[in-house]
Amino acid sequence: MTETASPTGPRTLAIPPRPPDLQGIPVGERRAIVVGASSGMGAALVRQLAREGYQVAALARRAGELETLKAELEPVARAAGGAVTVRAVDASDAGAAPAMFEELVLGLGGLDLFIYAAGVMPKLERTEYPTDKDLSVLDVNCAGLVAWGNLAAHLFTTQRRGTLVGISSIAGDRGRKGFPVYCASKAFMNTYLEALRNRLSEVDVHVCTIKPGFVDTAMTQGMKGLFWLISAEEAARQILSAARKRVNTRYVPGRWFFVGTTIKLIPSFVFRKLNF
Amino acid sequence: MSDPRTGPDPEAQALARQMRRPASPEPGRAAAPSALEHVEGWGMAVGAPSRVLRPRNLDELRAAVVQSQRDGATIGPRGSGCSYGDASVNQGGRVVDTSRFGRILGFDAATGVAELEPGVTIKDLWQHILPKGYWPKVVSGTMFPTAAGAASMNIHGKNNFAVGTFGDAIREFDLLLASGEVVTANREQNSELFHAAIGGFGMLGLFTRIVLETKKVHSGEMEVSAISTRNLGEMMAHFEQQKSTADYLVGWIDCFGKDEQLGRGLIHVGRYLKPGEDPTPERTLTVEHQELPSRILGVFPKSEVWRLLAPFCNDFGMSLINRSKVWSGMLEARRKPYRQSHAGFAFLLDYVPNWKWAYGKGGLIQYQSFVPKETAHAVYTELLKHCHWRGITPYLGVFKRHRPDPFLLTHAMDGWSFAMDFRVTPENREALWKHCSELTDIVLSGGGRFYFAKDLVLRADQARAMFPSDNLERFLALKQEYDPAGLFATNLWRRLFASA
Repeated sequence: MTETASPTGPRTLAIPPRPPDLQGIPVGERRAIVVGASSGMGAALVRQLAREGYQVAALARRAGELETLKAELEPVARAAGGAVTVRAVDASDAGAAPAMFEELVLGLGGLDLFIYAAGVMPKLERTEYPTDKDLSVLDVNCAGLVAWGNLAAHLFTTQRRGTLVGISSIAGDRGRKGFPVYCASKAFMNTYLEALRNRLSEVDVHVCTIKPGFVDTAMTQGMKGLFWLISAEEAARQILSAARKRVNTRYVPGRWFFVGTTIKLIPSFVFRKLNF
Repeated sequence: MSDPRTGPDPEAQALARQMRRPASPEPGRAAAPSALEHVEGWGMAVGAPSRVLRPRNLDELRAAVVQSQRDGATIGPRGSGCSYGDASVNQGGRVVDTSRFGRILGFDAATGVAELEPGVTIKDLWQHILPKGYWPKVVSGTMFPTAAGAASMNIHGKNNFAVGTFGDAIREFDLLLASGEVVTANREQNSELFHAAIGGFGMLGLFTRIVLETKKVHSGEMEVSAISTRNLGEMMAHFEQQKSTADYLVGWIDCFGKDEQLGRGLIHVGRYLKPGEDPTPERTLTVEHQELPSRILGVFPKSEVWRLLAPFCNDFGMSLINRSKVWSGMLEARRKPYRQSHAGFAFLLDYVPNWKWAYGKGGLIQYQSFVPKETAHAVYTELLKHCHWRGITPYLGVFKRHRPDPFLLTHAMDGWSFAMDFRVTPENREALWKHCSELTDIVLSGGGRFYFAKDLVLRADQARAMFPSDNLERFLALKQEYDPAGLFATNLWRRLFASA
């Protein structure tokens, strides 16, 4: 742990500094952590936040990708008055989360936005039941979210301010043949995030569940029959917009709402005949 | 779960999970429960994220100190977090919250002496001792501060003029120093440390045991009467008149009053009942008899009342509320003296839970100045006029009488105090700080002082000007002696003294 304030430091001004507002959000309230930031929507979110002058901490397992991202964004962030910090961490390592969270929040001097964008979806054959692979999905999509989400929720409760965003999926709406555990993990995310939202509403903290449709990322590479495909950048724009409007659950792009709602209404005996 | 007879061996399962998940670097290394939290002053106008450690006993407290020292982190001592400003906020360091280290170790019903762990609150204490016929000698306007917090800030009550501060009621304490050593201090043994740690805002060590004197009472009720006053001079004259016979005196001031009504308000006079005055002490000396009602008019939950106040939390609304209190005070003053429970009289700030939320997200500051009796009238008249001239009027004003005490950094003196609550918003913050700085110059020119449990606005040069210079130097020398590495630190310490 690092000490930012020295007991002997020259500090005589009694007025706590408060920089002027920029684009509606005060500068001091632009501090974000993005978990799962090395690629896809996570990286796109970091890019947009950096452009907006946020002090953003980008976390992911792959250090190389993070360094590339940092090198790309540093001038952009600096020009906008923000900064990008990167840390290589396995999102599913619940034991490592508290120390890393503390280090980052103290470094940022607080936290206004927490985004959990880590998620895995291994390729799966229809007849395959690979327990190891399945449990590793739960580790990242569920255990990691709980480890980090609990830390953020606790901090936000005590500061009675903040926004928590979880990137779930339309896959969580039904249990589909293709990805049983992935769908179940996303359903877990939806329910966990809803419960956090209900808890934190008492202290005016917002929790936003994002259900992306098809987004052009590594996860959808090589998939067939994709439609309404949007870029990760466009998804990031819509995600931040939804979080700022304090939307509870947002399909990205919005028209997936109709698909999601329809899919949820299909009776089970019909749904099992469908092939997706 | 699987059937234990046929299911997989639980140990093997645990092992399998372990192998999939890399072990955390230092599992459960902190002895005391800890979490990263936003730690703020009670007034919500200042705060910072910190790791908060909540030791439950001396071993855990010591472990927290050792651990923080090893990690090179400072420790900000905190009790219930009732200080309005930054006295228990430690930006960039850790916070040790001793509120869970709070058992009552003993109470002698013959002498009224209580032995307390640091986290015992005033509420825990009075509820424990009242049925035995005692009441704490000194209580604050809220019952939630801990014994350690009350000692560190050397809090006072509405009877400061008669019995002194919380520190005056302390016989002895144990203090955990930065070295890890626990020392006992009282008026004979380690007497300098005794007089410096009380009111030393936690900068010399952490209280681990406090021996406190309490007062014998013959009833769970007091006799209370009200006096309506038309201006500040009248209020001060009434105080002086009542001082020799009253046990408690508190003045409320409508800060919106102007000209000949400047400082208009209402005095409440409290007097303990003598033996025999209460026909049924066994009934009034119960905790149930003291309880503040949880609902208003029997239906409206008190916990939601702050929402009703919120729309009035502006200059217009507050001038209305203050004015209506002046009028209702005039009616109250015509009443004959009436009986009120100790808790009902003492803990005015607990009537509306979380009333501070009515002030909005920016919170509030309380600006409380202490001024010698010779200059008080002139200084407070000037303060109120300055508030009106600036257009920044306090929404609540409270007036009290004080007496000197022997503690090194005491705020109390033979004089008066005037506490003013100001609303803080992002827009007015800078102007308010400037305003307070101007008020501070007026107070200092009248020989006044300030109180660390309330302060958020003083500058280092102003803080240095307010103490007899000898006292401050002795305190800083003790800090150097007992905590040379600067382990104990808070925002307050850094703001006012760290560079001295």
